[in-house]
Amino acid sequence: MSLIEITDVRKSFGSNEVLKGINLDVEPGEVIAIIGKSGSGKSTLLRCINGLETISDGSIAVAGAQLLDDEAHLKALRLKVGMIFQQFNLFPHLTVGGNVMLSQLVVRKTPKPEAEAMARKMLERVGLDHKFHAYPDELSGGQQQRVAIARALAMQPIALLCDEITSALDPELVAEVLAVVRELAAEGMTLLMVTHEMKFARDVCSRVVFMHQGRVHEIGPPDEVFANPQTPELKQFLGVH
Amino acid sequence: MIEFTIWDILRNLLLATRWTIVLSLVSFIGGGLVGLALLFSRLSRRKWMRALAKYYIELFQGTPLLMQLFIAFFGLGLFGIDVPAWLAAGLALILWSAAFLGEIWRGCVEAIAKGQWEASASLGMGRLQQMRYVILPQAMRIAVPPTVGFSVQVIKGTALTSIIGFVELSKAGTVVTNATFQPFTVYGLVALIYFALCWPLSKSSQILERKLNVAHRNH
Ligand SMILES: Nc1ncnc2c1ncn2[C@@H]1O[C@H](COP(=O)(O)OP(=O)(O)OP(=O)(O)O)[C@@H](O)[C@H]1O
Ligand SMILES: [Mg+2]
Repeated sequence: MSLIEITDVRKSFGSNEVLKGINLDVEPGEVIAIIGKSGSGKSTLLRCINGLETISDGSIAVAGAQLLDDEAHLKALRLKVGMIFQQFNLFPHLTVGGNVMLSQLVVRKTPKPEAEAMARKMLERVGLDHKFHAYPDELSGGQQQRVAIARALAMQPIALLCDEITSALDPELVAEVLAVVRELAAEGMTLLMVTHEMKFARDVCSRVVFMHQGRVHEIGPPDEVFANPQTPELKQFLGVH
Repeated sequence: MIEFTIWDILRNLLLATRWTIVLSLVSFIGGGLVGLALLFSRLSRRKWMRALAKYYIELFQGTPLLMQLFIAFFGLGLFGIDVPAWLAAGLALILWSAAFLGEIWRGCVEAIAKGQWEASASLGMGRLQQMRYVILPQAMRIAVPPTVGFSVQVIKGTALTSIIGFVELSKAGTVVTNATFQPFTVYGLVALIYFALCWPLSKSSQILERKLNVAHRNH
């Protein structure tokens, strides 16, 4: 059984069909890069998997549990799947430690000392345990994004969804975030990431998904997809002729 | 004819000012509680709750406070309910304040970036948890200046209750004028007392606003 099973998923905004029947099965430990032009539906797909958008048709199952649109099911799903956003979305009124502890405390009802120990451990993993008492606006973008990763990890998800997590960063800060993701991949975390970092996708990912106009247009191991694109759309996207 | 000194006048006015203050506090606090309920139903996932709160707010913002006072005072009387002036005054002002506070606060909640909702949702928080731990703490900061500013409107609004016979500062002004025949002195003092109540509030609202703008740091 696959970890994430996406079957015939369709999603429309009004009359605009953005996802036109997506099928994708993700095995445990896989690292999947989703590439494609702007507007091809990459973010929408990730947001559907996390229940931030409701799907119009089809089904999504995570670890065997169906994604249904009620608060109990959504919550159960979100405890399994974490999400990292382009804009970090740290809580500005809480310290770094507070950010990483909050949902452990209020969602999992973890006692404070344990939540703090977990927060420190996760911050250590992203190299930021010394910033425990800092506020988000005292950190660089790269550091903020690493805190966001630690915050998601503290909930012990079985998969992480990353939507262009380095796109809002200055170029010199991209590497530190990718290094953290690379390490997660090496430790066996299942990752679905929308990315423009082709070199990273080639090095780290087990499969690359090329989306075009709401469909999975091509899919395969990075060697094949990058070296030997089959469709003219992917060739054009990669700039090979 | 009895001579009234200015101190006699002032003393009587200040005694009545207590009721202006009590009524303002009751209206503001009561209105705040009802306003909070309105805020939550405005943000509810249930459509009928959103609609209910919306119509409530439109109704109370779209009619003069004076009419609301009349309806509370005379309208309930039609059903055989005898409403004392203080009760009608308190009730009308609470409901009226709630509509405005609910709307002010909704604006503040909506000013919080959508990403805050999404991040907290993706961490498994339910709607009430999102509100309590993520959205409201941030919205409260930006809500302070307009909320304090609105308290000035509440104080001025209490003056209208004199018309249904509630004895607060304005009503006392009329009573004292009738006894002293010194309208200019009396109403001048009344205005000064209102000013002394309202000005510090408007001023602090302005200062708070500037502070929050300058110190953009969110902690
Ligand atoms: N909330 C929404 N309401 C209406 N239309 C939307 C909404 N979200 C996305 N869309 C539309 O869905 C389409 C796909 O958007 P999506 O954000 O998934 O693209 P993307 O592949 O992530 O693009 P990008 O690379 O620019 O991030 C776009 O045409 C967009 O306008
Ligand atoms: Mg996108």
